[in-house]
Amino acid sequence: MSQGHHQGFWTKYIFSTDHKMVARQFLLLALGMAVFGGFYAFLIRWQMAFPNQPAPFFGPVTPDKYNVIITMHGTIMLFFVGMPLLNAFPSNFLVPLMIGARDMAFPRLNMASFWMTVVAAILLMSSFFVPGGPAAAGWTGYAPLSASSEYTGVKIGAVLWLLSLAFVFISSSLGGINYLVTVVTMRAKGMSYSRIPLTVWFLLAAAFTFFLAAGPVLAGAFMLLMDNVFGTGFFLPFKGGEPLLWQHLFWFFGHPEVYVLFFPTLGFCLDIIAVFARKPIFGKKLIIGSTIAAIALSFVVWAHHMFVTGMNPTLVTPFAITTILISVPFAIIYVCMFMSLKGGSIRLEPPMIWVLGFLATFLVGGLTGIFLGAAGADIYLHATYFVIAHFHYTFFPSVFFGGYAAINYWYPKMFGRMLNKTAAILHFVLTFIFFNCTFWPLFIVGMGGMVRRIADPSFYPQFAIFSHLNVFATISAMCLISSQTIFLWNFFYSMKNGKKAELNPYESNTLEWLAQSPPPHGNWGPKLPVVTGDPYEYSQPGEASDWKSQSSYKGDAIHG
Amino acid sequence: MAAKAGTKKIKEITENKMEPAKLGILLFIAAEMMFFAGLISAFLVFRFSPAPWPPEGQPRLPIAVTAVNTALLILSAFTFYKALELLRKGKKGMYLLLLVTTFLLGIQFLIIQGNEWMKMVQFGLSIHANPYGGFFYGLVGLHGIHVFGGVLALLWVLVRSLMGAYNAQKNLGVDICRTYWFFVVGLWPILFGLIYL
Ligand SMILES: [Cu+2]
Repeated sequence: MSQGHHQGFWTKYIFSTDHKMVARQFLLLALGMAVFGGFYAFLIRWQMAFPNQPAPFFGPVTPDKYNVIITMHGTIMLFFVGMPLLNAFPSNFLVPLMIGARDMAFPRLNMASFWMTVVAAILLMSSFFVPGGPAAAGWTGYAPLSASSEYTGVKIGAVLWLLSLAFVFISSSLGGINYLVTVVTMRAKGMSYSRIPLTVWFLLAAAFTFFLAAGPVLAGAFMLLMDNVFGTGFFLPFKGGEPLLWQHLFWFFGHPEVYVLFFPTLGFCLDIIAVFARKPIFGKKLIIGSTIAAIALSFVVWAHHMFVTGMNPTLVTPFAITTILISVPFAIIYVCMFMSLKGGSIRLEPPMIWVLGFLATFLVGGLTGIFLGAAGADIYLHATYFVIAHFHYTFFPSVFFGGYAAINYWYPKMFGRMLNKTAAILHFVLTFIFFNCTFWPLFIVGMGGMVRRIADPSFYPQFAIFSHLNVFATISAMCLISSQTIFLWNFFYSMKNGKKAELNPYESNTLEWLAQSPPPHGNWGPKLPVVTGDPYEYSQPGEASDWKSQSSYKGDAIHG
Repeated sequence: MAAKAGTKKIKEITENKMEPAKLGILLFIAAEMMFFAGLISAFLVFRFSPAPWPPEGQPRLPIAVTAVNTALLILSAFTFYKALELLRKGKKGMYLLLLVTTFLLGIQFLIIQGNEWMKMVQFGLSIHANPYGGFFYGLVGLHGIHVFGGVLALLWVLVRSLMGAYNAQKNLGVDICRTYWFFVVGLWPILFGLIYL
C-alpha cells in the first residue's frame, strides 16, 4: 500500500480525517479552553477572598458578572476541557492504535464531531458579545432561572448556551458511536475481547454511558430552548410548568456524566500501573464486572443531587441506598489497583507519579461523597462549600491528574519526542501541593456553614471568620494555575526540542508501542499486526525479559 | 488514502464479524430512543399530574384524520420491508415499485401532518399558553423532522437505486435506510397514543 501520497495543508491539519490528527485537535482545543476555564476559576476565588476589590486583568466582579463567571467556568471545564481531554482525545488517538486498526470506522464522522465541538465552543464564547451577556443560571442551568429572561436578564445568551450544549452532546454521542463500532468491527486478528487493554475498555464504558445519558438531557435542553424561544412554559410554574422536572432530566444525565469523566482515567491508571509496576493487573475480570455494575447503578442515583429541593421524601431513601451501593464497585476497583501495585518493581517515571497522585487525591473526593449521598448529612452540607470541595476533589484529579498522566505517558508516541522529565516532576509536585492547599480549606469552610453560590461573601458578616482560610485557598489557587505554565512550556517546547523517543520507551506490551512514533497515516505497514498475547504479561516466570509484547509485529516495512 | 485502502479496497484480516454501518445505525437509534424516552417521560409527568389534562379551553386534537395517517405510515413500513426482501431475491422491478410507494407514503404523512398542524394553529392551540400546546407542537414537530430526515434518506436510496447501485447481494444502503425508517414509523403510534388519545 502506498503511504507516499501528498496531503495538502487543509486536509492534513484542518479538515483531517486521520484519527491521530483529530486527537491532537481535540487536545489543543481542551488546552485552549482550559485557559478560559482557569481564568474564571481565578476570578471566582478572587471574589471569595477579596470581595469587591478589582480583580487583576478584569476589574470588579459584580454579582451579574459573578453569575456569568460560575456558569462559564463549569460549562467550559466539564464539556470543553474534561470531555475533549478524557474522552475525545484519548479515544481518537488510542482506540485504533491499541486494537491494531488503521483508523476509525467512520473517519469523516470523526472529523465532523470535532468541528461540531468547535462550533459549540464558538457559540458559547460568542455569547459574551450579545446583548444581555452569556448564560448566568449556573452550569446546571436550573429552571426557572434558566427558562425565562426575567430572572437573570439573559435571553440570547441562554439560547446560545443551550445550542452550544446541544452541539457538544450530539458531537460526543456521534464520537462515542464511532469508538464503539471501531472496537467491535476493526480489531486486528487475535485481538479478542479478553485481550483488549483496559484503557480501551474504560474509554468504551465512558462512550456507552455518555450516549445513553445524553438523550434525556438533550430532551430537557430542547424543552428549555422552547421555553426561552416560544415561551412554552414547560419549566415555568406560573404557566403550569414543573421546574423540578429540569433537575430530574439534568441529573439523570449529570451523575452518569461524572463517570464519563472518570472511567477514562481509571483505564489510563490501570495500564500505567501495569507498565510501571511491571506486574499483571490484579482482578481484571473483577474490574470489568464492577464497571458494568457501576454503569447500571449510575442511572438510578440521580436524585441524590436533589435531596434539598423538596422532592417526595419517600423517594429519598431509595436514592440514598443506591448511592451508597454505587461506592462498592469503585471500592473494588480501587482495591484491585492497590493490589496491582503491591510487590511490584515500581518505576517512578512522571506518568506513574501522576497516577499515584490521582489515587491519593481522588480517594478524598470519593470518601467525602458518602457524606453527601447520605440524605441526613446532605441536607446540612448541600448548599455549602463542602460540595465545592468534594466535587473538585473528584473532577480535578480525574480530569487533570488523569489527563496529565495520559499526556505524559503517550507523548512520545504522539510527537516522537520525550517530555523534559525534571519539568514534568516539578509540575506534578507544585500541582499536587497547591491543589490540596486550594480545596482542603474549603471542606472546613463548608462544614463551618459557608454557603456556595453567593456573589459577595462580605454581605454575610457571619462568614468573616472564614476569610483567612478563603485568602489561603485563593492564593493557593493562583499558584496552582500559575504552575500549569510549566506544563504548557514543556508540552510545546519538547514537541520540537525534546529528546528523540524510542519506539517503546517504557517497555510496554500494548500494540500502540509497535507503531512508529508518531505513527504514519494508516498506522501500520503493508500488513496489520497479529495479536498473540495478553496486554498484561509482565514479569512472567520463566521469561528472559520482564515484558512480552502483544504481537511480534515488526515495524520495519513501514515507510512513513 | 491508506486508511481507505485498508478498510475498503483490500479485505484485511481482522476479527470483524459485523458490518460497521449496520452497528452504527443501531447505536444511533439507541441514542435517539433515549432522547424520545426523556421527552415522553417529561410528557407523562404532566399527563398524569393532578391538574386537568388537557387544560380548560384547549381545542380537541384531530383524532380520526391522524389515525388514518398513522395506518398509512405503518403501511409504509411493510412496503419498505417487502421491498428489500424482493431486492434480495433479485426482483428489481417490484423492489423499485415498493420503494417508490414507501417514499410517497412518507411524503403524504408529512403533508397531512403539516395540514393538521396549520389547522391547530388556526383553532387557537397556543404554543405559549401552557405546556399542553408546547408538547403537541414539540413532540409532533420533532417526530415530523425525523420523518423528513427519513424521507430524504429514502430519496437518496431511490436515486441510487435508479442509478443501479444496489442488487441482490449489495444492498447495505437500503438496509440501513430501512432500519432507520422502522424506528421512525415505530415511534409514531406511541406518540399518537400518548398525545391524541
Ligand atoms: Cu451524582
